[in-house]
Amino acid sequence: MSKSLLLSSCRYGIIICFCLLNVRVATAQTDADALMISKNFYCAGGTYGNSSWTNYWEGTFKRDNLNLGKVSTNTYTFIGNYGITSKLNILFNAPYVTTHASAGTLKGQSGLQDLSVTLKWLTYQHSLRGGKLSFFSILSGSLPLSNYEPDFLPLSIGLHCKSVMLRGLLNYKYNRFLLGASAQYIQHGDLTIDRNAYYTTTLIYSNQVYMPNANNVMLSAGYLDKHIYFGANVTKATTLGGFDIRKNDMPFPSNRMNATTTGAMFKYSFSAVSGWELLAGGNYVLDGRNVGQAQTFYGGVFYLFNLSKNTK
Amino acid sequence: MKRIYIFIFILLNFFFFVSCNKEIVQRTSQYPALAPSNIDANADTWKPILATNPASFTVAAPDAVTSPAYIADINEIKAYQGKLTSAQQAIINYWSAGAVLRWNEILRELVAKHNLPPYQNADGSYPFPSSTNPFAYPIFPFSNPPYAARAYAYLSAAQYDALVTAYHFKNVYNRVAPYTYDQTIQPSIPKSALPSYPSEDAVVAGASVEMMKLLFPADIDYIEQKATEEMQYRIMAGANTRGELVAGQLLGAQVADLFTARARTDRAGKAIGTPAQWVALQTNATSRGDVYWQSLESPARPPMLPLFGKVLPFLFDTLTVVALRPSPPNLAGSAAFQKELDEVLSYSKNVTRDQQAQVEFWADGVGTYTPPGHWNAIASDEFVKQNYSEVRWARNLALLNMAEMDAAICCWDTKYFYFNERPSQANPEIKSLTGVPNFPSYTSGHSNFSGAAATILSYLLPDRGTKFTDMANQAAMSRLYGALHFRSDCEVGLVTGNKVGQYAIKRAQTDGAGN
Repeated sequence: MSKSLLLSSCRYGIIICFCLLNVRVATAQTDADALMISKNFYCAGGTYGNSSWTNYWEGTFKRDNLNLGKVSTNTYTFIGNYGITSKLNILFNAPYVTTHASAGTLKGQSGLQDLSVTLKWLTYQHSLRGGKLSFFSILSGSLPLSNYEPDFLPLSIGLHCKSVMLRGLLNYKYNRFLLGASAQYIQHGDLTIDRNAYYTTTLIYSNQVYMPNANNVMLSAGYLDKHIYFGANVTKATTLGGFDIRKNDMPFPSNRMNATTTGAMFKYSFSAVSGWELLAGGNYVLDGRNVGQAQTFYGGVFYLFNLSKNTK
Repeated sequence: MKRIYIFIFILLNFFFFVSCNKEIVQRTSQYPALAPSNIDANADTWKPILATNPASFTVAAPDAVTSPAYIADINEIKAYQGKLTSAQQAIINYWSAGAVLRWNEILRELVAKHNLPPYQNADGSYPFPSSTNPFAYPIFPFSNPPYAARAYAYLSAAQYDALVTAYHFKNVYNRVAPYTYDQTIQPSIPKSALPSYPSEDAVVAGASVEMMKLLFPADIDYIEQKATEEMQYRIMAGANTRGELVAGQLLGAQVADLFTARARTDRAGKAIGTPAQWVALQTNATSRGDVYWQSLESPARPPMLPLFGKVLPFLFDTLTVVALRPSPPNLAGSAAFQKELDEVLSYSKNVTRDQQAQVEFWADGVGTYTPPGHWNAIASDEFVKQNYSEVRWARNLALLNMAEMDAAICCWDTKYFYFNERPSQANPEIKSLTGVPNFPSYTSGHSNFSGAAATILSYLLPDRGTKFTDMANQAAMSRLYGALHFRSDCEVGLVTGNKVGQYAIKRAQTDGAGN
């Protein structure tokens, strides 16, 4: 394991709560970066994120809503990452989420959201023109940790469906510079709601909601040395199906939620091997459909443990 | 090589999940074909609502069975026999559950589609939908709960009268069904011993199209397409000849004309009121010593249909509306008021997840079929198990929906007579678990609708015990748990709803249909 890779192994982004109408489109930096933790290393930490929006897209119509004001989401996430081998890592995170609308009468929600577990496998590595090309296969699954209410958008803390995600990530590292491109497919399970009839584009008599699948593509560029990581990315998330929020209607979990988001992240590692790391970053939704134009800020603290008995 | 195997393993696992069947099965698609346990052959003697004189309608005598027209009609049926595509079979499966049922569902869908408050103008005022220009935004109508209650009532009442009148002509002409006349025809739905001319399905479709043209004019294409499909179903299924269908549609439309004429003059068109009338409501409340209702929406939206309480009821007269009006709500600031306000605040802060589920289940707010629509759905799920004839379906839904409309009238009369504030207006700390409706608090609409519905449904289906009243209590209490209403709004609303439901029972006891 190269030192530089080890150094940045505890690099965690936060779950990007695009917090579209409070919907976590599962684009976690954790499962979207090209960095691995070494065998028997364990990284644990917590992040805090704040995401808020005043404007949102009702279909393609961009508007504000004086009955919501500013909708904000606070996310407190506990994160862990363990190196099974230097080429296979297992990651998990569990967020506690609170929501709030600054105007109107709707009550903010709070609760433990979804547990995500990710297997990240460095599938292929090859030297190329003085740099290193690598390919990662990243499989994730998530499931709700509590019986929170999904049918109360935009103040629900999540979508309350099970999901399986598969990402392919191609990364090229040249000296201290990184370039990455990834694509992810997200399979959502159906959702169960408290109502037994609801309107999408037709009236549906069931308490089950067909959740359209989704994908996203991401381009990133970064700089990495012994102590510092800086990266920037653009992500385009697309829901494969779903329907538009009608004019002045409430949002619904199976809306067609799309977003193009840009983000930046900075991380500082105090030690070259194990020890403390600090993280800060932000995202902004440039364009969207049936989502809030959220801006997100986050910060986190991590500690990288070396669990190997034979390490001095 | 090992790496490739692992990779394939991961992919296979992923696609195993991906291939899981996500199809939603709707319970309404599971309804069996209608096979009445009693054809209600005497329904021509049942008491109609408006169409008291069948002789005032024209139904031409059917073509003689020896005529080229009838032979052509029979041949049209035969052309489909044994040659149905799966798409055609799906149409038969859908419609065979019953015409009254499916048209009720179509109306519920249109209500949900149009139950959206208009978006504000740039200056913060609000546009109103216009029936004379239904396609322009905001599309006509805004099918809020009172509008919806009235729509369900008119549709069901028109269908009922159309069927009662159709039974009169069925007995006059006594034409057997095509499969009885020509034994080579095998219907793909249960056979009926009822005279076949005019067709019940067509009568229901004719009345429904005519009624819905008035109520949902922007959806006329969809409505007519549904009617055409239904007529095609009857021919494909070998159940009716085209002649029976044409006669039925014409009769249905004629009967519906009585109801469209009533609807045009029932004062619903003036229910929006004028700005001067809105101010008068405030003065009224203040003169009572109360705090007057204010819109909690931003920008402030004019109150929803403040004069709907003046609409002409079906089951009683307007004097009865006034007589049914409950005594005043707790005055703002009184000890009783404060006690109830504190209770709402406590639910707002400490609601359980089960209570929240109850709130969402009964919310029936924006973008839904409204509480009356919910009770139609509940009733339909039950009626399907009863193997009713079409005419009994129509009669029972008419009883339910006239009760719902009249409950809306009584509730709106009360709301705007007292014009009092919602809990969140009295204490902005109170946050709700669903949208706060844009009209006064006392009494709860959900409670009125649910009380009325439970009363008539419990009468129609006595073997269900307390099922419906339990549901009504849950619906009413959901409004307290959701922090939308004071306890007394819900409790008094249920009582008034029950009283309205009693009028529906009174009618049911004397309409000649038995229970």
